[in-house]
Amino acid sequence: MAVEMLSYIERISPIHQLTGATKLLCFIMWTFAAMLTYDTRILLFLFAISLIIFKLSKVKISEVSYVLVFILAFMLFNNIAIYIFSPQQGVEIYQSIHILIGAGHFALTAEQLFYLFNISLKYFVVIPVALLFIVTTQPSEFASSLNRIGVSYRISYAVALALRYIPDIQREFRTISLCQQARGIDMSKKTKLSKRIKNAASIITPLIFSSLDRIEVVSNVMDLRGFGKHRKRTWYSAKPFQKIDFVAIILFFIIWTGSLMITFYDGSRFYNPFK
Amino acid sequence: MGIPIIEFNNYTFKYRSQLKPTLLDINLTIYQGEKILIVGPSGSGKSTLVHCINGLIPHSYEGEVSGKLNIKSENGLKQDLFTRSKTVGTVLQDPDGQFVGLTVSEDIAFAMENECIPQEAMKKRVKEIAKLVEVDDHLHCSIHHLSGGQKQRVALAGVMVDEVDILLFDEPLANLDPATGKYAIELIDRIHKETDKTIVIVEHRLEDVLHRSVDRIIVMDQGRIVSDTSPSELLSSNVLEKTNLREPLYIKALKYAGCEVLSTMNPAHINTLNLNGWKDKLKECFESKPLRQPSFFSEPLLELESISFRYEAGKEVLNNISLSINRGEMVSVAGKNGAGKSTLTKLICGFEKPSSGRILFNGRDLCNKTISERSLLIGMVMQNPNHMISKHKIFDEVALGLAARGCSEDKISKQVEKTLKICGLYPYRNWPISVLSFGQKKRVTIASILVLEPEMIILDEPTAGQDFRHYTEIMEFLVELNNQGVTILMITHDMHLMLEYTTRTIVIGNRGILADDKPVHIIANNQLMKQANLKETSLFELAKLAEINNPTDFVQRFIDYDREARMRWL
Amino acid sequence: MQNKALSTKTVVAIGIGTAVFLILGRFASLPSGIPNTNIETSYAFLALMSVIFGPIAGALIGFIGHALKDAIMWGSIWWSWVIVSGIVGLLMGLAWKKINIQSGVLGTKQIVTFNVVQGIAQAVGWFLVAPILDILIYAEPANKVFVQGLVAGAANIVTVGVIGSILLAAYAKTRSKTDSLDLEA
Ligand SMILES: Nc1ncnc2c1ncn2[C@@H]1O[C@H](COP(=O)(O)OP(=O)(O)OP(=O)(O)O)[C@@H](O)[C@H]1O
Ligand SMILES: Nc1ncnc2c1ncn2[C@@H]1O[C@H](COP(=O)(O)OP(=O)(O)OP(=O)(O)O)[C@@H](O)[C@H]1O
Ligand SMILES: [Mg+2]
Ligand SMILES: [Mg+2]
Repeated sequence: MAVEMLSYIERISPIHQLTGATKLLCFIMWTFAAMLTYDTRILLFLFAISLIIFKLSKVKISEVSYVLVFILAFMLFNNIAIYIFSPQQGVEIYQSIHILIGAGHFALTAEQLFYLFNISLKYFVVIPVALLFIVTTQPSEFASSLNRIGVSYRISYAVALALRYIPDIQREFRTISLCQQARGIDMSKKTKLSKRIKNAASIITPLIFSSLDRIEVVSNVMDLRGFGKHRKRTWYSAKPFQKIDFVAIILFFIIWTGSLMITFYDGSRFYNPFK
Repeated sequence: MGIPIIEFNNYTFKYRSQLKPTLLDINLTIYQGEKILIVGPSGSGKSTLVHCINGLIPHSYEGEVSGKLNIKSENGLKQDLFTRSKTVGTVLQDPDGQFVGLTVSEDIAFAMENECIPQEAMKKRVKEIAKLVEVDDHLHCSIHHLSGGQKQRVALAGVMVDEVDILLFDEPLANLDPATGKYAIELIDRIHKETDKTIVIVEHRLEDVLHRSVDRIIVMDQGRIVSDTSPSELLSSNVLEKTNLREPLYIKALKYAGCEVLSTMNPAHINTLNLNGWKDKLKECFESKPLRQPSFFSEPLLELESISFRYEAGKEVLNNISLSINRGEMVSVAGKNGAGKSTLTKLICGFEKPSSGRILFNGRDLCNKTISERSLLIGMVMQNPNHMISKHKIFDEVALGLAARGCSEDKISKQVEKTLKICGLYPYRNWPISVLSFGQKKRVTIASILVLEPEMIILDEPTAGQDFRHYTEIMEFLVELNNQGVTILMITHDMHLMLEYTTRTIVIGNRGILADDKPVHIIANNQLMKQANLKETSLFELAKLAEINNPTDFVQRFIDYDREARMRWL
Repeated sequence: MQNKALSTKTVVAIGIGTAVFLILGRFASLPSGIPNTNIETSYAFLALMSVIFGPIAGALIGFIGHALKDAIMWGSIWWSWVIVSGIVGLLMGLAWKKINIQSGVLGTKQIVTFNVVQGIAQAVGWFLVAPILDILIYAEPANKVFVQGLVAGAANIVTVGVIGSILLAAYAKTRSKTDSLDLEA
């Protein structure tokens, strides 16, 4: 159960210096660019840039490699699923057929492979930037950033609370499960799966109800310390906007508009090498 | 007298779901700059009173209020929570729930953020306050990396930033080791003196709070105030005895010896105590009492062989620990906050796996056994009751383990009822656990393990937050189980409990075992006591004061006599 | 505090609810046999929170919780389904006023209301909005996304119907009735 999750990694780098707001804006522009385009040339270009950004951040691949394994497995599944459900999607999109192996409905075509390659590439474009967004942004600074870009401070604080309580709830989940086991409810691999599923319910319920109690206590504490008194609030860990933030936002904006213009220039999201 | 700052007038409060009021006819005036201590049995309404002062009642807890409450001469029943929070700062009883920030500095700054104070000013103020409570080295730590004592200080800092007039502390000492507890009391006292705030402390550890002087002590029982006097007056009366609260040990010893405690003797603190010619009587009386010889055990039941452990990404907590607990023994484990006591018990029960070493039970290796298999042999009561509770009703919670083992309904209800009676919870059996006081919750978790009757029981701070009566009941029941052959291991910060009930003490510190010896020998070792943040009990000081040459025997005689006297309650 | 803005309690409910939603989604979901599609107990919890704290809380817990879960687990966010989680939370919250769980009464009528609302909410979300967004945003094959939506939606409707109703009943029980607690001999 002690599965690791991504969290802030302390480093000194230009990426870490950016405010959370900048990173959020850039991240959103970046994902939209990657989501909308299927132009292979642009995707390759974006991928190259994302690798450079990753390098800049001084985060080591080994520090995030466990997530990469997850992602690769997910992409493999997704590719297989697409192939099973519509093996000729590529043919439809690129309007040509180059059969490589086999015949009939499940024939493997060059078009399908190219389509799957593009889908995977879209992921590869987003992953480094998304990973960086998560591991280089301090959770509390992120909340203040949300507030800065116009999200109400109450909702921003809710996000801060969520980030604050994820490790706590995870620990609690573990503790509850251990305590239940210590009272004779067996959850180890020695019991049958069906029984284990039923026993899992005996953890979920206490977790939920203790969380409801916690909501009560925490909101009491926040009330006692004056939360929500004014229409604004300041943030202890807010970072000021610097020149580097403007530079980053402008750069990303240029890339974003540029890639969209090129993508839709010929009226289609797809780049077609088969024509 | 000064200016009244909190005034209760014929104040009564009933929680919405309760049939009867929890606070009854409270008349209490607290003056500006006073330092007040509130004591009372568990469930007597102390925390409820605190909530009335800080405004959570009626803003967060629904119920019916009658009578009057004035805070700074304003009608406290009409004030909103924001106005109140400018006057009153509270450190809540719940040990973990009160932190909202991710790191120490953010948590301290929380109230200022809400006041829209600019960042620069906040940073400056946070530094100041952190220095005052001495957490300035940990400003960037995340909260759950702090020890119990440090958490307590951060909580204090968080309410101090706000320039409030009144500070409320609900059981500030509950989880602190003796030395840290002493330090916390000194810190509160310093803040009181330097800032002239009004301070209200709720605490079961009366003697520890009296380490620094307080102006008045309020005694509560069943929702009423039964006494409101100076410490000296209270200690020379029999109010504490009547409400089954623990008197300071030296007072008890004097009373047992037939000495009359008068307020003129300055009984509030052992250092100021004036024995007034009772010296000889005290000496004489205790020397006439028989001395019990503790028994010895030799058959090992639980053995730890060179155990080492570290939490993921943390420093090593335990390094190469070996120890053995004998069948039928009652052993205590002591050590400073964060030394690794709770971790040790988690290893024994299989919650965590040691990085090296073996654990044997009855000569058989436990390492391949699952947690629930181990639970048939060893029952464990965790430090934080909220981690154990999973059912809605008290009865069901205690019955859970038996039900999981497939016992018949008949047997379950018999066993559960018996255990509930021992733990003083029988009248509450159909209540939801969520409305219980902290001490009551802790007792529910103890009951839920006792009912399983394992061969060995481990209790992590069983008496934290308990009043003296329930303390005695639980401990005597453990002794009874022990006499029937159940082996008992308990973690405690209570030096007297260690002396009174256990035959051996293991002191943990610096990643290893510092000592493993008879409790009296541990207490006699000054250097060790200092190293492990322990503190000798006031009985030793009393013995010195009375010029008794063998203080250890004196303490042993006191304990024997005291146990007998208390058996009459049961 | 009582003004139209979110109350402190709702803010905390969104924050902690999001954390719980994420942890349940991470550790307490069971594979359904279709790739990338799980039986999510976390949606039963989402339903409970929507009914206790209302549509705004439901929408935000679903949206933020799902986005964070994707981000922390996969390092990237599958926006189409994240948006749907928000919509489902919002729609289920529409049962909030009707059921009024805080009163502690939960009869057949309330259970039926709850299940009708959650059924419709999730059908709209998973059968319709999710596949359409998938096609629009990711240009995935239509039959794949509709099957995925159907499987996930059906599984979620059943999960929420069973576990959600149980949770609701348990919650209603914790709301002790007025004047109900007294010591018993
Ligand atoms: N929210 C609540 N709803 C109903 N009853 C409650 C609630 N909180 C406390 N009570 C009841 O009020 C009584 C007093 O509780 P309170 O927490 O004030 O005790 P306490 O003196 O602080 O005890 P302890 O020393 O164990 O903390 C208890 O019997 C408890 O069951
Ligand atoms: N789950 C955890 N993850 C990481 N570190 C932990 C965890 N639990 C405890 N620690 C650390 O391990 C050390 C030992 O903690 P432990 O709880 O065993 O101390 P303790 O002796 O029981 O203290 P106390 O008297 O305050 O209860 C502490 O420094 C603590 O910060
Ligand atoms: Mg209390
Ligand atoms: Mg501990």
